[in-house]
Amino acid sequence: MSDVFKVAIIGSGPAGMSAAGQAAKRGMSHILLEKTDHLSDTIFKYQKGKHVMATPSDLALRGGGYEEGVLAGMEFEEGTRERILGIWNKHCRIVDPSIPEPEHEVQDFEINTRLNAEVVGVEGQKGAFQIKLKDGDTIQAEAIILAIGTQGNPNLLRCPGADHPMITPQLDDPEDHVDKNVIVVGTGDAGIENALGLATDPALGNTVTILNRGTDFAKAKTKNATDLTSADEEGYLRIAYRTSPAEVRDGEMVVETETGQEVIPADMIITRIGSQPPRKFIESMGIEFTSEDRSAFPKLSPEFETTKEGVFVIGALAGYPLIKHCMNQGYDVIEYLATGEAVKPADEPLLEKVFENLPGNRSVDYWLELYRTQVDLFGGLSTLQMRELMLDSICSAFAPGEAIFRRDEPGSSLFAVAQGSVAVEVNPNDPSITVPIEQGSIFGEVGLVSGRRRGATVRAAEDVVVVELSRKAALKLIGSSPEAAEAVKRISIERQMLQLFGSGLTREDVQPLVDSAVTEEITAGKPVVTEGDTEDKDVFIVRFGSMRVEKGEGGHATFLGLIPAGNLFGEMGVIDGQPRMSTVRAAVKSEVIRIPGEAFLDLLAKKPQLRERARQIMDERRRSNEEIESQKSREDGTVDSFSGLAAFLFDEGMGEATDALLIDERLCIGCDNCEKACADSHEGLSRLDRETGKTFAYLHVPISCRHCEHPHCMTDCPPNAIQRGADGEVNINKDTCIGCGNCKSYCPYGVISMEPAPPEKPSFMSWLMFGTGPGPGEASYSWRKEHGDPNKAKKAVKCDMCAGIDGGPACVRACPTGAAIRVSPDKFLTLAKMTEDVEN
Amino acid sequence: MASVPGTRFSEDEKRRDADHISFLKHRRFRWLWVALLLSVVSILGYALIDQEPRPNGGSWYGYTLGTIGLLLIVWLSLLGIRKRRMSEGSWSLKAWTSAHVYLGLSLIVVGTLHTGFQIGWNVHTLAYALMMIVILSGIWGVYAYAALPRELSANRGTMTGGDMLDRIAEIDKKLESAAQPLDRACCDLVLDVLRQDVFHGSALSRLTNSYPGCATRKALAGISASGSDAEARVHELLTSRAEQLAQMRRYLRIRAMLEVWLFIHIPATIALLAALLAHVISVFYYW
Repeated sequence: MSDVFKVAIIGSGPAGMSAAGQAAKRGMSHILLEKTDHLSDTIFKYQKGKHVMATPSDLALRGGGYEEGVLAGMEFEEGTRERILGIWNKHCRIVDPSIPEPEHEVQDFEINTRLNAEVVGVEGQKGAFQIKLKDGDTIQAEAIILAIGTQGNPNLLRCPGADHPMITPQLDDPEDHVDKNVIVVGTGDAGIENALGLATDPALGNTVTILNRGTDFAKAKTKNATDLTSADEEGYLRIAYRTSPAEVRDGEMVVETETGQEVIPADMIITRIGSQPPRKFIESMGIEFTSEDRSAFPKLSPEFETTKEGVFVIGALAGYPLIKHCMNQGYDVIEYLATGEAVKPADEPLLEKVFENLPGNRSVDYWLELYRTQVDLFGGLSTLQMRELMLDSICSAFAPGEAIFRRDEPGSSLFAVAQGSVAVEVNPNDPSITVPIEQGSIFGEVGLVSGRRRGATVRAAEDVVVVELSRKAALKLIGSSPEAAEAVKRISIERQMLQLFGSGLTREDVQPLVDSAVTEEITAGKPVVTEGDTEDKDVFIVRFGSMRVEKGEGGHATFLGLIPAGNLFGEMGVIDGQPRMSTVRAAVKSEVIRIPGEAFLDLLAKKPQLRERARQIMDERRRSNEEIESQKSREDGTVDSFSGLAAFLFDEGMGEATDALLIDERLCIGCDNCEKACADSHEGLSRLDRETGKTFAYLHVPISCRHCEHPHCMTDCPPNAIQRGADGEVNINKDTCIGCGNCKSYCPYGVISMEPAPPEKPSFMSWLMFGTGPGPGEASYSWRKEHGDPNKAKKAVKCDMCAGIDGGPACVRACPTGAAIRVSPDKFLTLAKMTEDVEN
Repeated sequence: MASVPGTRFSEDEKRRDADHISFLKHRRFRWLWVALLLSVVSILGYALIDQEPRPNGGSWYGYTLGTIGLLLIVWLSLLGIRKRRMSEGSWSLKAWTSAHVYLGLSLIVVGTLHTGFQIGWNVHTLAYALMMIVILSGIWGVYAYAALPRELSANRGTMTGGDMLDRIAEIDKKLESAAQPLDRACCDLVLDVLRQDVFHGSALSRLTNSYPGCATRKALAGISASGSDAEARVHELLTSRAEQLAQMRRYLRIRAMLEVWLFIHIPATIALLAALLAHVISVFYYW
């Protein structure tokens, strides 16, 4: 072939398709090369009928009219795999009988496509590249766009036998597999969907085991996770929790479980554990990567050009796995090639907004570069990843002395200092005692980890520029980079220690403790310290979650108290050298920092102040324990019922609650005024169900939000509409909620309902005087249906603690007898409060 | 008004710290003390102030007591609106209820002294009588609020009213199929059970918890537990239905008892307000 194309696009996923479409629209000579015999291999290999989302939802797609005079980009709407592939086939004039043709009219782009064109090598320079294909052909192009994704190199198992032929990184059609022992490794969406596809049709007769390294399915969508666990309960397949591969042998896999090794028979092993960029091939073209790390991405200019001039990388290979990003990048690169000028990236206006409050009127690029180079945590990120991270963040500047956040404020975001330094007021009684946090470091991580209120006030020590990463963005950063996770963990352990022991300690003092500390995840109910134990000589700090302290056996255990996150325990046994006096177990899934007792004793010996403080903590605890024990000897049952109540409240989620509604049934007359007030204080829907819910002795826990420290509902909110508000409430933004119902299925307490906003009621006075409308409280379903707009979408509705309503929670204000109370567990779970005499 | 950060937090902390106290004990009986003070002052005034020719609603002291009483009655009746109107602001219905109870009780003293113990067959005494009816029904209400919630809670356990109905519907489904092999007479008994409304019974039945026409009880008497297997099965189902029904009826009874006094308290209040209007107008008209 003697034609020289202006651009050759390698890979026909969303990024490549968008580039090719834009080139075709512009009439630029182009060729789209695809390795397989169909377009978009990744989407093509989705299971039939899979819904493809247009993510991220808040990003503008280069549809029509982003900039005047510029050709509009390719359109994209979410839809099924078939719909999307059908449209693209049409753009490329490909006929594939397995994909139905779209029913509506599709613009004919005349994209010059070549299928079955695997690229084996690239030679030449900008303006004259020779692209060698596997079938021997050579294609000439002036520029190359690499949009090959990362599917090329699936991750391998990290155990012996990882190259065994029965291991496959994908599953094309579950129905091709009958009567097989299948092991699926990886509990992301792909792994779960494969496992379900193979297991839930009994006609296939497959025995499916899916390995889960932990106990949750954090990487999967809610629906997939719940489908999987219910398939497990119904016996269709088995989920092996806390299990990881140890070795693959013929016909079986050896796995490592909590209790030792186990052998599982296997005919096929599907590994769905992510993938790495096809690095060797890319490097052979002369393209450099950002680091040696396996998960690093190619070095890119803001125009997506690699270190090899004339070669561009876009899409997942550039570090952007989301479809709309990919499509915009395809457009941007073609426009750059056509005009020689960089198109402002689609997120530029959004980023300008993010940086608008920073001083000096600098450009977006300036700030991106400043943050990236100054903040240690961002060091490994590419410009593109920085852009994405900053989109979700708040950038601000503070003058010296200005408070960035204050002690006891709710907040779970993470801050990083890009310029200047801040001072932490470690002593609540004396603000002059501060610990500095220097440029490049982070703060606020304790709130992020523990989910609790800020432990100290932080002020700007000089002029500072900081960035506040939302909880979601911070968790994503930590989740995607092991180094970042390690750095945050280390800093948070150090800070938690400094905060715990108050003033007088320096980083150097706690260094040996930090070095020897390890973190341990504790599942709910599991003991950390066991009564009577003489071996264990460590002290602990609750990193997140909470601990319950008990004495005695099983059902007759006496509850002694609650230890919230950020507190120390286990010090008594270490200081006294006595056997453990009580059992401390996790009230909810928690994490503790284990510090060797000797290191702790060494520190105490060096710091008399700290010794004093530890003594105080010990004495307080001992006094409180003794009081409970002495009450117990009175044998009037008070302590037993207190322990029973405490156990009940823990079962009802009080271990992770921050502010929960309780009803004292000794006072509740069942008037439901709480529900009515709730409905009338909001848009006409009650966010609590008084009568449903469990009761123990006199305490009733209605169906109502507990405002958890680590809200389950936030786990997977696609538009990130769930936030912790200024008053500590967990709030769903009804404007951005898309009504997907993820939060509802994540909430273990069933407090979220999906409802359309009800129609407005006639005013209270017109009801009182003329009887118009349904009256106070939530209108009946039939009234809402009759008067409401049938097209209104359902959205998630739950308690917002009456945020922004003067006077506070309406349920409590509207209770005529004092039965409804809202409590925080660390204040309520004490003998005095719970055995209070409310009798008349 | 939007909450100001900081102030709302301290308010919330106060709320979370607050002791957990019933409306009667609210703020260490604050309103009880206010009511007692009002009563004692009224009595002392009545005893010490020389009213000529005799204590009477028309003396200056009588007018004073009357005005206090009137204002109290109007304010007390506004509880009905306060309870239903969820406006913003840091008010608490518990405080209102507490004040309502104690100030309402103090009206016994204020109102009685206002009459000067002059009782007769006239609109003035009508107002007084109505007021006493309202107060007495209110005392009944306070008793109900203090005594019945425990009973309500103990009876329902973890079930809601709706759960109880669901449970009966579930038993009914089983009854229907279990009754298929029974003879005609027994079948009819079961059919009567299934046809009878679960809420069958008069208002009086509801309050006294006596249901003479209960088809479930009749069927239980008519179908032997020691008969055929089918009969024994139906008997067993009827027994659990009767138990479930009894729980639901106790539930309805307690709920009714918590409300029935309001059927006197509220209409009597409306009548009292009307009578008061007549009382006030007539007093000024004949002045």
